[in-house]
Parts: sequence; structure tokens; C-alpha cells
Amino acid sequence: MRLFICLFMWTLLSALPANAVNPNEILADPGLEARARDISKGLRCLVCQNQSIDDSDASLAKDLRVLVRERITAGDSNDQVVNYVVSRYGDFVLLKPPFNLATLVLWLGPLLLILGGLTAAILFFRKNKKITAPASAPLTEAEKMRVAELMAEDNQ
Amino acid sequence: MSAELGHFALILAMLIAAVQATLPLIGAQRNMPTWIAIANPTAYVQFFLTTLAFGCLIHVYLISDFSVVNVVQNSHTDKPILYKIAGSWGNHEGSLLLWVFILALYGAAVAAFGRNLPPAFKARVLSVQAMIALGFYTFMLLTSNPFERVFPAPLNGQDLNPLLQDPGLAIHPPMLYLGYVGFSIAFSFAIAALIEGRVDAAWARWVRPWTLAAWIFLTGGITLGSWWAYYELGWGGWWFWDPVENASFMPWLAGTALLHSAVVVEKRDTLKGWTVLLAIIAFSMSLLGTFLVRSGVLTSVHAFATDPSRGVFILALLVTVIGGSLALFAWRGPQLKSTGLFQPISREGALLLNNLIMTTALAAVLLGTLYPLFIDVIGGAKISVGAPFFNAVFLPLMVPMIVAMAIGPFMNWKRGDILPALGRLRFTFLFALVAGAAAWSVETDGPFMGVIGIALAAWLGAGVIAEISERIHLFRAPLPESMRRLGRIPRSTWGMSFAHFGLALAIAGMAGAGGWKVESIQTMKPGETVNVGGYEYTFEGAQEGQGPNYTILFGKFTVRKDGEVFTVLEAEKRNYPVTRMPTTEAAIHTTLMGDLYAVIGDAEGDEGAYVTRIYYNPLVVWMWIGCIVMMFGGTLSMTDRRHRVGVPHKRQHSSASSDPVSSTS
Repeated sequence: MRLFICLFMWTLLSALPANAVNPNEILADPGLEARARDISKGLRCLVCQNQSIDDSDASLAKDLRVLVRERITAGDSNDQVVNYVVSRYGDFVLLKPPFNLATLVLWLGPLLLILGGLTAAILFFRKNKKITAPASAPLTEAEKMRVAELMAEDNQ
Repeated sequence: MSAELGHFALILAMLIAAVQATLPLIGAQRNMPTWIAIANPTAYVQFFLTTLAFGCLIHVYLISDFSVVNVVQNSHTDKPILYKIAGSWGNHEGSLLLWVFILALYGAAVAAFGRNLPPAFKARVLSVQAMIALGFYTFMLLTSNPFERVFPAPLNGQDLNPLLQDPGLAIHPPMLYLGYVGFSIAFSFAIAALIEGRVDAAWARWVRPWTLAAWIFLTGGITLGSWWAYYELGWGGWWFWDPVENASFMPWLAGTALLHSAVVVEKRDTLKGWTVLLAIIAFSMSLLGTFLVRSGVLTSVHAFATDPSRGVFILALLVTVIGGSLALFAWRGPQLKSTGLFQPISREGALLLNNLIMTTALAAVLLGTLYPLFIDVIGGAKISVGAPFFNAVFLPLMVPMIVAMAIGPFMNWKRGDILPALGRLRFTFLFALVAGAAAWSVETDGPFMGVIGIALAAWLGAGVIAEISERIHLFRAPLPESMRRLGRIPRSTWGMSFAHFGLALAIAGMAGAGGWKVESIQTMKPGETVNVGGYEYTFEGAQEGQGPNYTILFGKFTVRKDGEVFTVLEAEKRNYPVTRMPTTEAAIHTTLMGDLYAVIGDAEGDEGAYVTRIYYNPLVVWMWIGCIVMMFGGTLSMTDRRHRVGVPHKRQHSSASSDPVSSTS
């Protein structure tokens, strides 16, 4: 599906074969490296379209990957690393935008929609009930006899 | 010559579309059979003309006519013939021609196969189709003519983007467009129904096969694109929540919701307005996808603003079609009276829950895709919305949906009972628990979502089988009786079971590949060995070779398991001299439990050492098989008898109405 980018947008850089993380960047400690990968997946490559620095082979993405690993080696926690990168590049670098006034609609939209949908469904069933109500009025004597007749037939 | 012929055919097609968009519609309004009768021939002629135009474009590509700008920009004499053909739709102008070609194809198909449609209704449908086509012809002829000439003609072309020179990508756009554009039929049926102010079971039956066809193709198109990304981009990823992927996923979500709500209209004569709205939304999403991808608005709002001619046209088309149809819906929709009543806990209720979740998921994807643009336009701080956001919002929606998917088919129409249904699913529940526990025990500190995914896949897959067993009274009735019942299950029901089961397989694949992927990136000298996912990969060195229009670097790996040679992988790195672009072709050995996946990177030093990337991607093949099973389910449902012969009583009717007088009524 990334095809579409290349097909139509010609932002070829973003779809170039991934030579993303290179062996010489990898930290010796697998635990630290795993944390670096984890953080990298949430950070955007600033010059690509919608690609994390973990997937991108742009040189800027490489610089950021190295930066993340430097901070981790220096003993920063994951949050500290992310905060450090955000302080330099702004919220734009986060692939999962923070919850704030500007992203209120983004984060609450789906929730409001499903609540709205549920409300609409409840109203729909209420309305249905009102329509059904007269239909469930008690049967007349003649109707009851007819029902009994039919039931008797069915049992034979 | 071909270029002028094609150009001329396009202009003629536009004029024909203008006739088709107006006369039959007026005829249907004023009850003039001769005007109504114009719908069919114009649809055929339009199809003939677009076919001619499309054929001309392919022809100028085949003969490498470099006096046509489009060929210069996207072709080269050395390019293999398959990609010369595929190159004709691998660009903006050509893909639009493909779009209208498929639109005309669907129009002609309705004209040819819609024999059981009332003539006036059919005329309205074909008119609405032609209106859409008219918009696209105008767009092409004014801003994106694929047949534009250049003088003087260059000696050779600039070649097609090498990433597109791939068999998967050659057929991906036609598949995807067959899906996208297929929803135009559901849309035209919806608009025609709004004009007539009537939606009934017959309408739902007419709409269903067309919607299913679009859905099958769209499923196939998305799968192909995903598969291509998997083997071509070289890191085993298959879904990126990229805006252009979302552009194809949104109509899929809307179309899936539409398929489910149309069932309720057909069986229970209710949810009419909602179903019509979904048909409008599904096609609107297709148009929106076209707009997002075509206008350049995704790359940058500012690029869009500096060269707006194309984008503004599509935006205007989008506003006209979506705004117009929604206005028509607001005006005429309330006239669609639903009669069927049902309780919240019922088959209808379950289908409604599917619709609620699907549309919420659609809204979440839409919001996430457009939000950065929106914030940018209103001048706020630039933000990014990527995979982590979509996963955070989408996955929680999918969990209740999969849980409900296994239960829904056990519900009775009108009024169901939840407890007996759950009782019948007790073994299914146990199986899901066991599967989840098994997945967890493989790697106890493994991924939480992976374990949940496997359990859900098991729940849904076993739930489908439990439902079929229940339907045929397996072990409750004598075996021959069960077999007899099995044979009597209608195809549309099999269709549902297969589609749901396919999704279960696909979920297992996604959970496996997403959760337990093993990766190893290193520099390897010839003879060195690494162990990835229980397999030993020995790098045998790299060799150069020559392809038709590229040079190749082969990296060879011998893979051993427990000391025995298991397979040999040859990863390729290609270099296209014309565009000076490299591509990677991952070497993949597929097994049922997982893919062995190797990629060769750049040379390091001068001892024949290379950067290598080796992956073990568990259960990936389940994803592809699952998607194929889903498509197969759709096909079964589409070929159900009642769609083939139309309304059941219609058949008796048609034999009685062989005299021409009654058939015109």
C-alpha cells in the first residue's frame, strides 16, 4: 500500500528500501537497544512522510536514532529521551500526538462518536417500543380462541 | 495517431456521458420510455469509447511513443513489456483514465446484467453513474490529459519508478480501483432510491452483489499493496497507517458496514435510511481517497496552495458529489419508512453493533488522517498522527467487535437470547483460552496484544465452526441428517462463515507477525553465521548479475535447522541505471509457522562483508491466506442463487411476461 505514495506523490525517499537501523548504530546492550527501538518507533522522521525514524533511511533519521541512543546510554529514562527530542523539535516529532487543547477533538472524537451512536441506538429502540406498545395490547377473546386452535393443530 | 484517437475518444465519451446523465433521468421523471431507453446504449457506447482511449494509451506505451509527455515521464525503451503496460496506469493521468474506464465498465455491466431492474430505476442509476463520469472526464480533459504531446520528442524516456516495476504492483492499482469505483454502483443505487423515495428488500438484493464485488476487489487490492510492502520495502512491515493506505481502508470499512446493514434491509425491512447513508459514505470515502492521493494535499498543504488547479477541481467535485448527495438524503431520506421492529439483543442488533463499531473506526481513521491537515490549515502548531495513534484508537474498537462477531450469528432475528448463545460457545471460549495460553507460554514476557490477538482469532475461528455445527445440528441429530442440512446451507451463509473465518486467520497472522517478529541486523563476512528464530543463516557472499533493465547484487544465505540444510535464500538488491534508484527484493521462504526473510544491504569494508538484515516473521502467511478466504467468502455470497435469479418470485413472473406488452410495464 505504500505504493500509493510512490505511484502518485513521488515522495520517493520515503519508500526507498529500508536501510534503516544500521549495524554500527546498534548498542551493545540488548536491553538498551530494545528500549531505543521502542522509542524510535514513536518518533517521526522529520523529512519523510509519516515514517518513524526506526523505518527511515534519511540521514536526519539516522542522526535522531544516534541521538536517542546517546541519551539512553547517558542514563535517561524513556520519557526523558522523548522529552529531550520534543524540546528540540516540538510535538511534530511525536507520531502519537500528546493530549492537549489542540488535539482534544482528535482524541475524544472517536469516543464521542461511539457514545453518540449508542445514544442514537437507544433512542431508536425507545421509539420502536412506543410503536410496538399498541401491537402488544391484550388479545380479544376471539383471537385467543384462534390461537388455541392453531396451537392445537400444531401439536397434532 | 493513437494519442489523437485516444484524446478524441475521451472527448466523445464526455459528450456521451453528458447525454447519459440527463436524458434517461428526465425520461424516468416524466415517464417517457423512449428517453429511458437511451440509458443502456449510452452506457455501452461510453464503455466502448473509454476502452478505446485506454487501449490507445497502452498502445503509445507499447510502441514507446516519446512524443507523448506521459510516456516520456514514465517509460523507457529497455523496460520489460509488462511494465510498459502497467506504466500506463502508474501515473496521475493514466490512473485517472483507468478510473473512468472502470467506472464505464461498471456502468456497462449494470446495463447488461441489471435485466431484473425496473427500467426507470435502471435509467436513474445509469444517469447518476454518468454524472460522476462527467466530472472525471472534465477533470482529465481540463487538467490531466494523458495524451498530451511534446515537441521536439526526446530520444528516450525517464523510466518508471523502479519500485513500481514489480508484478504485484502491476495489478494492484486495477484491483484497488475496481473496489473504489465499484462503490459508485451502490452510490448510484442509493441516489436513485432517494429520487424514487423507496427502498425495499428488492433494492437491498440488487445492491448486494455490486457492493460485494467492490468489497472483494478492494480487499484484494489492499492485500496486494500490503503484500508488496512486505516483500519489497525490506523490513517485513505490512501496514503503516500511512494516509494513502488509510485512503483505501476507509472505503473498505464503510463498505463492510454497508454489506451488513443491507442484510437488515433485505431481511427485515428496516435501517433503510441508514443503509442509504452508508452507501453514500462508502463512495464518498472512495472519492475522498482519490482527492487525498491526487491533489497533493498530503505532501503539504502549501504545495497544494501553490499549484492548486488539479486539487481545487477535485475538491469542487468532492464537495458537489458528497454535499449534493447528503443534501438529497436530508431532503428525501425521512420518506424511507422502515417497518421491521426488533429488540436490541437480536440478529439486527448484532448487525447494528457491527455498523456502530465500523463507522466509529472509520471516523477515527478519517479524523487521524485529516487532523494534521486541519490543524495546519487553521494555523495551529504542526502535529503528526502516525501508527501509534491509530493502534491506540483502532485496536480497542476491534476487540469488542471480534468478540461480538462470534456471537452475532447465533442470534435470532427480531429477538435473540444472549445466554443460550453464550452457552453454545462454551467450547469456543475454552479453545480461545487454550490458544491464548499457548501463545503466552511460547514467550512468557511476550507481547500482550499478540496473546490477545491469538485468543481473539481462535475465538472467532472456532465460533464460526460452532455456528455451522449448530446450524446442522451436529451430534444432536443423526449424522446423515446433519449432512443433509449441511448441503442445504445457502451460499450467502457460507459466504458469511468464510469471510468471518478468513478474518480470524488474518488476525492470527497480524498478531503473530506484529507480536513475535525476530530481527537481526549485522555486518556479515562470507562464511559467517547468525541464528535467527531457531534457524542458522550462513552468508555465502554476494555476486553481481544483470537483469533486463537493472543490475543485481545477489546475497546468498544457506539456512540450516538443527545442522541440516533447510533452504537457500537469495536476496537481491537491484539498481536501475536510468532512474539511479536501488530496490531491495527480500528473499522469503514461507512456512506455515512463519517466514524466513533475508535482505542484503550495503557493502562494508573490502573483505566482501555486507550489512544483512534477517527476520523471522511468524504466521505472516496466515494473513494472506485469511484475506484470500475472505475474498472467497465474498464471492460465494455474491453467487448466491437469489442474487443470480433476482427476486425469487421474479422467475415465475418473467416466464409469464414473455409478451412485450407486460415487460414494458
